[in-house]
Amino acid sequence: MTTDKQDLKAQLIADFQLAEGKLNGAAKSAIHVTRQKALQTFNQLGFPTTKHEEWKYSNVRGLVNQTYEFQADSSLTAEDLAQLSIPNLEGNILYFINGVYNEALSSIVSPASELVLLPLAEAIKQYPAVVEKHFNQYTDQHENAFTALNTAFSFDGVFIYVPAKKVVEKPIILRFITDARQANVAAQPRNLIVVEKRAEVQIAEAYRSIGEHSTFTNAVTEIYVAEEANVDYYKVQNESDQAYHIGSTAVYQEGRSVFTANTVTANGGFVRNNLQIKIDGEFAEANMFGLYIPNAKQHIDNHTAVDHAKPNANSNELYKGILKDKSTGVFNGKIFVRQDAQKTNAFQSCKNVLVSDEASMNTKPQLEIWADDVKCSHGTTTGQLNHDALFYMQARGISKDAAKALLMLAFAQEVIDKMRIPSIKEYLEGLIIEKIYQA
Amino acid sequence: MLTINNLQAKIGEKEILKGINLEIKAGEVHAIMGPNGSGKSTLASVLAGREDYEVTGGSVDFEGKDLLDLAPEERAAEGIFLAFQYPVEIPGVSTTNFLKTAVNEIRKYRGEEPMDAVQFLKMFKQKMAYVNIDQSLLNRALNEGFSGGEKKRNEIFQMAVLEPKLAILDETDSGLDIDALRIVAEGVNKLKSSENATIVVTHYQRLLDYIVPDYVHVLYKGRIVKSGTKELALELEERGYDWIKAEVDAQENSIA
Ligand SMILES: Nc1ncnc2c1ncn2[C@@H]1O[C@H](COP(=O)(O)OP(=O)(O)O)[C@@H](O)[C@H]1O
Ligand SMILES: [Mg+2]
Repeated sequence: MTTDKQDLKAQLIADFQLAEGKLNGAAKSAIHVTRQKALQTFNQLGFPTTKHEEWKYSNVRGLVNQTYEFQADSSLTAEDLAQLSIPNLEGNILYFINGVYNEALSSIVSPASELVLLPLAEAIKQYPAVVEKHFNQYTDQHENAFTALNTAFSFDGVFIYVPAKKVVEKPIILRFITDARQANVAAQPRNLIVVEKRAEVQIAEAYRSIGEHSTFTNAVTEIYVAEEANVDYYKVQNESDQAYHIGSTAVYQEGRSVFTANTVTANGGFVRNNLQIKIDGEFAEANMFGLYIPNAKQHIDNHTAVDHAKPNANSNELYKGILKDKSTGVFNGKIFVRQDAQKTNAFQSCKNVLVSDEASMNTKPQLEIWADDVKCSHGTTTGQLNHDALFYMQARGISKDAAKALLMLAFAQEVIDKMRIPSIKEYLEGLIIEKIYQA
Repeated sequence: MLTINNLQAKIGEKEILKGINLEIKAGEVHAIMGPNGSGKSTLASVLAGREDYEVTGGSVDFEGKDLLDLAPEERAAEGIFLAFQYPVEIPGVSTTNFLKTAVNEIRKYRGEEPMDAVQFLKMFKQKMAYVNIDQSLLNRALNEGFSGGEKKRNEIFQMAVLEPKLAILDETDSGLDIDALRIVAEGVNKLKSSENATIVVTHYQRLLDYIVPDYVHVLYKGRIVKSGTKELALELEERGYDWIKAEVDAQENSIA
């Protein structure tokens, strides 16, 4: 086992050296020094085991016991793409195939004065100051081997820059597609989103995998939300049962900013989402909404952390899960309220329905409160569908299965209703209905 | 229409129905009365198919079908309707959505085409008038935060929509003031025809001033211990249940 584990690690370290060789002069750049340091961190930390407190219920053994092709070629035909399309999608749509930006498939509609959209590699050249200021400032790379690994390989991904006071009208949809029809593939997108003062933008990351082989996605997104800016952020996951997905979103909020994350996992074999928000300004608001519907043997783990560093800010969190078959789920929600952060309002709720006797859910709220004048509440529930409600519905002629589906859909609706990009909402609603009615 | 023969049922180890016999014909209204805890709701639930109760003996024939053989939803599709004593809250599902699903599931069972949105709109509008119910109530999550009266009125609205052959009203009068009671009773009366039948479960005779029964049965300790016409209900109103309890208990003792 350990030797296998070494294999992926060894492969990655060898790959790094190979990639480094191709950089030529750029190997001395500041960003590359960051990458080298990150590789060292990864090397020291190694892949986590379940002995690690943060990975107690999520075992990555299956992930690290395989090797993958990075930045693999893909021959997606027009027919494939039609099958992968999200109906009525409108806005700036960027495609990443096996982690590599595909310009030909992408379309950018917002004017350049309103929005800068570039592959990260390009942004390093064109916007060095912005990249240097924000890149790798908000992540947990010193504790998280996956984040360090992503940083070491931060060659591709998207750079989104919204200048001050610009309200981006059209949403930005990032489509990450892994094509594992030929072999195991891996992708490590690294995204940097900088939203300046009073600017507003909607961004969705949509993950999808095809093929029977394993996929490994290790994604990191950093988001800087300046004063009074408003960011509506979505993470939409619809990957195969052979997909391993580790995704981290690290957010930094200034005063009076609003950030909303909607994390919806419709499918994925093994999913770990980390969402970290630091509120470093007064009167800011952070919203975290999540929905996950695992079936079969899928495993979905959501770790969230909100760090209240300044007074008078609000955070509001609602995660809901419907667990079918032999699926498993994890929710870990941390709330820190620092001594300075008086008058903080922090609300957290995680509700789960186990539809099968063999499904299970682990929930752990973790509150650390150092300020005395705060309002914090949290609650987690895990239960079954209401027995009396099912009989009531049956007594009106609705079959037990249909009654269950109706209750599940009603349960999920509360989170679906938070979505504000119509095409994404519609797409997710469809996926969720399909998942709920799936026997 | 309905023939109940020596029906026995228990929950856990507790025997609740100990041999019920009852015959109901189309066009009839039967009242089932009795003190609290006598088994009235249990009888209603067993007829509707609640699985928590175990039927330990007897049979129920509904229009030539063995009712006990059918799932609750199949009974509903065959034309049984139970107005619940305690209607259940269904968070996130509106009455209209709920009923659209119910109606189309029943139509599917009967091999009929589903109804479309326009047909529903028209039908709901017409049925709302029966119980004087407001559209805003129907748009809200079913029974969630409804007052006692709203819940009962909503039950009768559902009955109007589903047009059952046999309606079982379990304590539909409880928690209603006199005006609400009249509205609910009028709704039930409007839905009455020579083709359908009604079982009115109550322990007060008050409702029977408005829904006049053809027969009155008294349930006590899991058996029907007395049957009569509407005069029996008036007698119970006047004298209470104690004299019946005494009669039954005396009989039990003499047997023992
Ligand atoms: N779920 C249950 N578990 C245990 N006992 C029950 C349950 N439901 C009803 N009973 C008992 O069965 C008896 C009959 O109850 P019920 O049918 O509700 O009476 P009624 O409707 O006439 O007041 C009562 O003694 C009651 O306590
Ligand atoms: Mg009762």
